[in-house]
Amino acid sequence: MNYNVNEKGYYGEFGGAYIPEMLYPNVEELRQNYLKVMAEPEFKKEFDQLLKDYVGRPSPLYLAKRLSEKYNTKVYLKREDLNHTGAHKVNNTIGQILMAKRLKKTRIIAETGAGQHGVATATVCALMGMKCVVYMGEIDIARQAPNVARMKMLGAEVRPALSGSKTLKDATNEAIRDWINNPVDTHYIIGSAIGPHPYPDMVTKFQSIISEEIKWQLKEKEGRENPDYVVACIGGGSNAAGTYYHFLDQKEVGIIAVEAAGKGVDSGESAATSALGQEGIIHGCKTLLMQTKDGQITEPYSISAGLDYPGVGPLHAHLYKSGRGEFYSATDDEAMLAGLELTKLEGIIPAIESSHALAIFKHKTFKPDDVVVISLSGRGDKDLDNYIKYFNL
Amino acid sequence: MNRINQKMQEDKKLLSIYFTAGYPSLNDTVKIIQDLEASGIDMIEIGLPFSDPLADGPTIQNSSTAALKNGMTTNILFEQLKDIRKTVSIPLILMGYFNPMLQYGVEAFCAKCQEIGIDGLILPDLPLAVYQDEYEAIFKKHDLKNVFLITPQTSDERIKQIDDASNAFIYMVSSASVTGSKSGFGNTQETYFERIASMKLNNPQIVGFGINNADTFNQATKNAKGAIIGSAFIKHLTKNGVNTISKFVSKIR
Ligand SMILES: Cc1ncc(COP(=O)(O)O)c(C=O)c1O
Repeated sequence: MNYNVNEKGYYGEFGGAYIPEMLYPNVEELRQNYLKVMAEPEFKKEFDQLLKDYVGRPSPLYLAKRLSEKYNTKVYLKREDLNHTGAHKVNNTIGQILMAKRLKKTRIIAETGAGQHGVATATVCALMGMKCVVYMGEIDIARQAPNVARMKMLGAEVRPALSGSKTLKDATNEAIRDWINNPVDTHYIIGSAIGPHPYPDMVTKFQSIISEEIKWQLKEKEGRENPDYVVACIGGGSNAAGTYYHFLDQKEVGIIAVEAAGKGVDSGESAATSALGQEGIIHGCKTLLMQTKDGQITEPYSISAGLDYPGVGPLHAHLYKSGRGEFYSATDDEAMLAGLELTKLEGIIPAIESSHALAIFKHKTFKPDDVVVISLSGRGDKDLDNYIKYFNL
Repeated sequence: MNRINQKMQEDKKLLSIYFTAGYPSLNDTVKIIQDLEASGIDMIEIGLPFSDPLADGPTIQNSSTAALKNGMTTNILFEQLKDIRKTVSIPLILMGYFNPMLQYGVEAFCAKCQEIGIDGLILPDLPLAVYQDEYEAIFKKHDLKNVFLITPQTSDERIKQIDDASNAFIYMVSSASVTGSKSGFGNTQETYFERIASMKLNNPQIVGFGINNADTFNQATKNAKGAIIGSAFIKHLTKNGVNTISKFVSKIR
């Protein structure tokens, strides 16, 4: 089985570029150039340097002793929460802003749900002196006020998405419309491993630094490069794609995905795409998505704004369908408790997105000598309000 | 001969109208089509509403959301249209996004269109390459013309590919924009309209996006075979309901 994208932009049967002709020149320009640009020694050097000096990479691989004890297995946390701006999202925005510069773009647009990707984009735009517009659902603007303030402080314009459910899906629609309206000077920095080819592959490759580091870090600590399992939460799937990337062809490494079940997979308020989705087209990509029998995209729900997306990246649809990945989903309650548990046991407050990955222990029992690496994709500062409300702190 | 091809041979500039099926009310579809034909419209694009219309501005987004709220579905639209050919003879084109068609089943969708007497399809997010690899044979089997879009940014090379793949007309998007966002044409459009005219394409061109009155209609059709009005017509329906359609049309042509 092949887990790389093919010539036409597909992972198995998923992927492609289902875009209106208005977007064809932009997406085609990117498709023709992205691999070439990423292979340039100068590009690599600049990317690596920024990841090191600006983002603070490598992010630690931390042996979580008390968590390991509690679940009687060996748990390592990949500390993406310690990155500048507080999540894995910045790995991708650094890569894409350098790409945009190579393509001579002068204006950046992005969509954001929780605001993490918006902040990561606004940050690199400030760094490079580029104009930045971030689309964010009106509802998310209200529930993620601190991140809105951060983006503004960084010089970005935050435009509310007023259509549909006024959350991430609609912010993505608005960003795509902006790109249609500004086809020449603008680059669209998509924040997850979604969208038309080549985005899923490009985002995955920028995020693959996560598994690249896990390999040598684990070698140092355990004397072997491959863990028994890698675990990540999936919204669109960028932290997961980066965490899995270098292990996809290593059969002995189990790939585990945790989606957001919201109030329960069958509650009607969920974002567990693999369980609830059918094959279709969302945001320019053939993948699994939550939709009606009639092909209308439905509104997802999760307590975590970053997982509140009705689709999943095409790589993950392929991992699901082919059986390469084990897919689970964690409810709001399971995730919140797992987040609190990590805080108490290890002194780390995780993002609620990442708490979903930590909830894997409610669904799967590992062996005592298993080495389990969990992607701690982000920190919980942005979620304090939610934690406070939920636990009456 | 397919009704669209026939229509393209008429010696006049064509006026086509887009509307969203199920808007303003669920069951307005047939009346709107009949009134448009009676008002002298040459061709109609019937919009199958979609939850996430990427290429559309606020006017068509809102009409789509309202139509879905009214209960419009693919099956209901087909049901509403089942006897349409008893009363209407101008070309009818279904316009929509690809996902609802995919869920219905492409083959079944095309067969149903043929049964009803639909002449063509416009699916902005079904790309040329995918159409040619996977669906062209099915469309042809059911005598459905597929209409592709071009924009001011489309390269000459790609326009030629699209011309080769087309068999009815080419939908010329007037400017780099979603629907309903620009009013009036400037130098960019003039240059673009002339560039396309000078390419001497095999297929006639119909201009859409940004046509909202007699002026823009005349400008757009100076070189092209016709023009399509969408958002301006939806706005008219929003304001005036479905009883003054001929009044709207008489102000354009
Ligand atoms: C901390 C964190 N983790 C995970 C996600 C989910 O995105 P993805 O699935 O692309 O990693 C987000 C999105 O906002 C996030 O902020």
